[in-house]
This record gives sequence, structure tokens and C-alpha cells, in this order.
Amino acid sequence: MKQLDRKIFSAIGYVSLIFLAVLCIIPFVLVVSSSLTDENTILTEGYQFIPTAFSTEAYSILFKFPQQMIHAYLVTIGVTITGTLLGLFLISMTAYALSRKDFKWRNKFSFFFFFTTLFNGGLVPWYLLIVNYLDMRDTPMALVLPMLLNVFYIIVMKSFMGSIPEAIVESAKIDGAGDFKIYLRLILPLSKPALATIGLFLALAYWNDWYHALLFVSNEDLMPLQYYLYKMLGNMDGMRKAMMGAGAVVTTSIPTESLKMAMTVVATGPILLVYPFIQKYFVQGLTIGAVKG
Amino acid sequence: MKVHTFWSDLKNYRVLLLMLLPAVAFFVLFAYIPMAGIIIAFKKYDYAGGIFGSAWNGLDNFRFFFESGDAWRVTRNTALYNIAFIVVNNVLQIFTAIMLFEVGGKWFRKITQSALFLPYFISWVVVGAIAYNLLNYDIGTVNALLRGIGLQPIDIYNTPSYWPYILVLVSAWKSLGYGTVMYLAAISGIDTEMYEAAEIDGANIFQRILKVTIPNLYPTIIILVLLAVGNIFRGDFGMFYNMVGNNGLLFSSTDVIDTFVFRSLITSNDIGMSAAAGVFQSVLGFVTIMTVNYAVRKYDKDRALF
Repeated sequence: MKQLDRKIFSAIGYVSLIFLAVLCIIPFVLVVSSSLTDENTILTEGYQFIPTAFSTEAYSILFKFPQQMIHAYLVTIGVTITGTLLGLFLISMTAYALSRKDFKWRNKFSFFFFFTTLFNGGLVPWYLLIVNYLDMRDTPMALVLPMLLNVFYIIVMKSFMGSIPEAIVESAKIDGAGDFKIYLRLILPLSKPALATIGLFLALAYWNDWYHALLFVSNEDLMPLQYYLYKMLGNMDGMRKAMMGAGAVVTTSIPTESLKMAMTVVATGPILLVYPFIQKYFVQGLTIGAVKG
Repeated sequence: MKVHTFWSDLKNYRVLLLMLLPAVAFFVLFAYIPMAGIIIAFKKYDYAGGIFGSAWNGLDNFRFFFESGDAWRVTRNTALYNIAFIVVNNVLQIFTAIMLFEVGGKWFRKITQSALFLPYFISWVVVGAIAYNLLNYDIGTVNALLRGIGLQPIDIYNTPSYWPYILVLVSAWKSLGYGTVMYLAAISGIDTEMYEAAEIDGANIFQRILKVTIPNLYPTIIILVLLAVGNIFRGDFGMFYNMVGNNGLLFSSTDVIDTFVFRSLITSNDIGMSAAAGVFQSVLGFVTIMTVNYAVRKYDKDRALF
């Protein structure tokens, strides 16, 4: 009797999990196979799961004149590294001050930060501030600064640091260490799991960001990867120009459909490559957040 | 005895205060100053005058927003989408987490979980490209399959009525892995003695899940739903913009407050009305959070957000 329940349940479980997992992966297979399909076949038969007419033309065009793509990569890498390191430093420093139980004004400051998640001025004043008053349009600052600090990350970091025994701070104080030194030498090394987690979240957010570029960047030299992809997907003429501008003598027509998919693959590639290695830390990090948050 | 005056505190905590300074400056600049900028909503904005120099025009921006008929549409869409996302995503995530916990060996779980988490890692731009690949009228895979089995292709990008389903599906797809991990963590934290006790009482696996697992998930469910309800008037701009873009044919069923505000600001350059819509959104959001939090506090003080 009991065994039958188990069997029915397991059958439902396996079938639904496999179904969901396939559903999550299949779109990626589709994009990769489309990028490897001959353009004419796409135009007559549509995008397909298995390339009926295999072709690497899209990739060879893409890699013949890769300057713009490489440039977009470099912008993204630069923004991601700067934003993640600076963000981690500021988030952890803020969280440390807020986590100190002997700090009289910790709740007042916590509320000062928390309130910004309850109420905000909306897109317009924020946009005008950055564009008209701070004059950050078309500067790398516009891609790094607005995402630098996040209340949610500060709270997660604060609760992690709050679980570090107070005795450590007390004894360091007796030994004559200052507050900043305690943070740098003691708390930071002890907070590695939280730092790794928040760092991954920040890095992923910066890597995938296109919104701030959409709002603040019109200069092609400053286009991050995702925004470059967005531009190219929406504008085939722009793509042709980009290919020609890069020095291509275009005698034949450019395979725009398979090229779109090839660009998507190239822009997604690094995330998919590092993903299996960092997923473990994400799970640990989310667990920290779920338990403590 | 030492007297704790404000000034002596200031001296005591000077290093900690200094450490807080960058973050305080950041939030003053990017959050509190824009709050003051709300006055734009009551002004007739011109670039020469800026935020403070422009002339007042009272509630005209709001009147325009409400009388245009857009207000009701975008507010309804935003709220309905978020309610659908909250219900569908959480049910699916809880189901998946329970299944992952109960079924399969180490490797099966590892591989399945990795697959489910994959969509979370890609940008909305890439999701937009995938959607185009699937849904395009001429060459999209869905229509290729329909043609293949002899059916009429469907013009998805010109038919608003499909989009609520598509967007709910995409939201579920992208957030499945993330939410599943949250719930899986909560399930792993359940005391195994409870399961053993249920087993001794003769509960089968279905009863065990209904009577032990799900009730133990309530705190996690409440917290996650609470956070989501607070954002019920905020749209996921990246999702809507990359899936729909500026396709006006679909606005009746896809336009949310965030895309409306963005369009009014960037495309039609209607700063006053855009700001008014933004204020409307912020106030609705604030009132919602406060109401929900108050209600939860009354019911159970420990479960409230603040």
C-alpha cells in the first residue's frame, strides 16, 4: 500500500521535473541550432531545433570583423569588475557599521536606507538628476554608479555580519584596534561566504545590465554587450552598417537571421560557460539569504 | 560617570559614521533628492528652467494622465500581471522544490536543478531574442511547427490576447530556478523528526507533504509573497520592454506603468505627465506596502516586514 503511493508519487515527480528541466533548456538549444543553420533554410522553413542545412557563415562574418563586439565585451568586463569590487567594498563597510550592536544610531541609519525601498521619486526625477544635474550621460559613471548600492544586499550582509560573535570585536578593541581596522582585518575575512554571494549577484546584475545604457548611453564606444546585442537585434540596417563599417566588403547579402542568433550565442556564451561553476555558490548564497533574511 | 551627549557620541562613533558616509551620500543623491524632485509632477517642465525654475501648473499633469484613459489601463495591467506572476510562480516553485526534495538521487537533483536555474542567469535582451526566435510570424519555431502539421500560423506579435499567457509563462520560466532554491532551503530546514512522526502515524507521501511540508513552508511563503505584494504596482521593465518593446498593437494587454512612464519620458518627451504617472505609482506602492504590513502586524507581529 505504502509502496504504491511512493511509486505514483515518484512517477509524477520524475516526469514533471524532467519536463520542466527540458523546457528550461530547449530555448537555448534552439538559439544555438538556429545560429548554425543556413540563412535560406531559415527563411523558407523557419528556425528549427536541428539544423537541416548546417552553416557557420553567421559566425565567420561575426568573427571576421569582431572589433565592435570585442569593444562591447571590454566595456561590460570593465563595468562589471569596477562595479562589483567597489559595490562589495561599500556594501560591506556600510553593513559592518550597521551590524555593530554597540553603535547607538544603527536603527536610525538602517531605517534611512530601508525607507528608499518603500517610497521613491519615480523614474523622471532620477533620470533628470543623472542627465541634467550630474551630467553623467555617455560616461562610464552612468553605467556603474546607479547600481552600486542596493538596500537588500546591505540587509543580507548586515544579518550575516550580525551572526559573527561580538566577542571578536570586543577583544580586538581591547587590543587597541580601530573600527575600520576591525572591519578590514577581522570581519571582512570572516564574511567570505556573504561577500562571494553578494559579489556574484552584483556581477550578474552588471553583466546583464542594458537598462542604464538604454537610458544614458548613445556613444557607441560606451555600449556594453547586452545593449549592443539589443541594438543589433532591433536594427538590421544598423547591423549591416556595423559589419560594413568594420571594413567588410559585402558582396553577398548578410545572413541577418542566423547572424542575430549567432550574436545572441556570443553574447550569452561566457555566462553559460561559467554558470556550472558559480551555480553552487548562488545556491549557498540564496540559502544564506533565505535563512537569515 | 560619563555623560553621553550628542557630541561625545559623535566623537565615539566618528569612524563608524565615516564608514557610513559613502552609502548615506549615495542614497541622498540617488533616492532622497529624486523624492524631492516629485514636484516636477506639479510643474510645466522646461529644460531652461529645470526642476526648480519651471512654472507650476497644479494638477494638470495628473488630469491629463487620468483623462487620457491610459491610467486605468496601465494600472490594471500592472496589478493583474503581478497577481498572476505571484500566484503562478510561487505555486510552480513550491511544487518543483517539493519534487526535487523527494525524488531522485544526487546526480538527478544536481542536473535538474542546474537546468532549472539556467534561465535566471541570462539577460532580458537574450530572452527577447529567444522569444523572437520562437514567436516570429514568418520564421518563428512555433509557426514552423504549426505549418509543419498543416495548421494556420498565428500572428502572435499582432494579437494582444496571447500576451498575458506568454508573459506569465516567460516570468515563470525565468524565475523558476531562483524561487525553487529559496523553497528548497526552507524544506531542508524542516525538522526530520516531524516526518518520522508522520510516518509512524501511517501518513502516506501525499499526506506527509500536505500536513507537514506545506504548513512548514508558510513563513517562507508569507515573506516572499509579502515582498512581491509590495511591488504589485511595479512592472518588470526589462521583461516587458524586451518582450514587447514599442509594439503599440499590443499595448492594450501589455502596457504597464513602468513602460508607460518610460515611453512618455524618452519617446514622447512628455516629462510632466511621465512624472505624474511615476508619482501615482510610488504613492500606490507605498500605500499597498503600508496596508499589507499593517494587516500582517495585526495578525502576527513576527511575520511583518517592519
